[in-house]
Amino acid sequence: MRLNRLAKVAVAAAAVVVAATACGGGGSSQLGGGATSAPPVAEGASFPEGTTMAKLAQAGTLRLGTKFDQPLFGLKGLDGNPQGFDVEIAKIVAAKLGIPADKITYTETPSAVREEVIEQDRVDMVVATYTINDKRKERISFAGPYYVAGQDLMVAADNSAITGPDTLRAANAKVCSVTGSTPSEKIKEYVDPANIVLFDVYSKCADALRTGQVQAVTTDNVILTGLVENSNGAFKLVNNKFTEEPYGIGIKKGDVAFCQFIDQTLKEAEADGTYAAAWNNTLSKVSPDVPPLPAAGACT
Amino acid sequence: MGVLIEQFPLYVSGFLGTLRLCVFAAIGSLVLGTVIAACRVSPVPPLRALGSAWVTVFRNTPLAVVLFAVAFGLPELGVNGSYFWFGVAGLTFYTSAFVCEAVRSGINSVPPGQAEAARAVGLTFTQSLSLVILPQAFRTVVPPLGSVIIAMIKNSAIAGAFGIGGDLFAVGSTLTSAQGYAAAATLFGVLLGYLVLTIPAGIGLARLEKKLAVAR
Repeated sequence: MRLNRLAKVAVAAAAVVVAATACGGGGSSQLGGGATSAPPVAEGASFPEGTTMAKLAQAGTLRLGTKFDQPLFGLKGLDGNPQGFDVEIAKIVAAKLGIPADKITYTETPSAVREEVIEQDRVDMVVATYTINDKRKERISFAGPYYVAGQDLMVAADNSAITGPDTLRAANAKVCSVTGSTPSEKIKEYVDPANIVLFDVYSKCADALRTGQVQAVTTDNVILTGLVENSNGAFKLVNNKFTEEPYGIGIKKGDVAFCQFIDQTLKEAEADGTYAAAWNNTLSKVSPDVPPLPAAGACT
Repeated sequence: MGVLIEQFPLYVSGFLGTLRLCVFAAIGSLVLGTVIAACRVSPVPPLRALGSAWVTVFRNTPLAVVLFAVAFGLPELGVNGSYFWFGVAGLTFYTSAFVCEAVRSGINSVPPGQAEAARAVGLTFTQSLSLVILPQAFRTVVPPLGSVIIAMIKNSAIAGAFGIGGDLFAVGSTLTSAQGYAAAATLFGVLLGYLVLTIPAGIGLARLEKKLAVAR
């Protein structure tokens, strides 16, 4: 009898494991595209032999690194696929390579691992609110930028003392940001280290602002706008950008041809309206006007 | 490995941040854990129930949940304070449950004749516990208490993610994501920092164990 019961438990456990594996699917997923737009896929695209474009077009799939937890840019929904402006930009590039949106494989790339996944060839490109800077260029190359964000502050709706980064010290304000982010480094110029509070995600900062543990939250304006939007009027954006954060597309270091291809693709996407369509599907919720495509940086 | 030399001052500040957190949490959890253990063996039923409840709650709750409850639950109730002290409190509550159980096992290892003799010469419960039983109990619990404290030092990395920042592990994420250093080398530096805390702690405890050992 005892053995019998054990066997039943084992079978039940195995069933649970199988079910979990079937649903989970791990960090990568290759399910159908999201509900958002699909740029027209290029038919019979051909590229010079030996280039990354030829390799990808041949393979028929694109391995994309993006964020799974960034509202408006790359946020994984219930269908298992991330959605947002970053994903749309990647779809535009994929389409130009003759790869439809449902052939994109998504890999989650939080800020800390973006260079690693490119260097280790686990993704073909990273589109993940990835600010172009010189330190990062030592390890990878950037195509783009495809958007220029800027660091800003978010405060409680009734706060009139904080009007910009220079007023933080006078207000003796505690400022919240995310560990290891560029904004968390930049804000050190304006606030004493003891007044900087760091969490792993921005949603915790928003909670700390709501309960009065901190007086301001700082990061790129578009991310803050998303948080303001979700706060039911409890927060407001200071609207005083004090940095320029050009978001680029991370690719293997020294792949000049692929970089030029992506820059050209972005330029064409702006001209034929697919860039605007990508914006209207995602970021227009918080910022209705489609910005002009920023000038591309040098490909090295 | 250049990151270790270039960013040495940042590593040192992270090390000191972790050290500060651990010193306060270690003192707090040793004191609190002993008090709870005393409650659990006391002759007063409500105190025993309180001790059991404390251990049940904090030993069976994941540390991240305890820290979350302290850092986000207390402000919700109108208690505002610095995240450093919230972190110390969360780490102390969690670790005290394990300290309590280690101390209680030590108390149970003291032969009952000792407690009976203490009572026979007229000592009160508090006196017999603090003068006769606990001094003997602490000798046997040095090894398990050492493991609990070393585990606490490593657990402090989780506390760092709850608004404290500036601890060793947070320094690691700052260097890899904001400044673009290679993860393996950076985290090796973080590992070294934790080893500088845990290995001497282990050696110190082994010495203490030898020093306190008595022939029975």
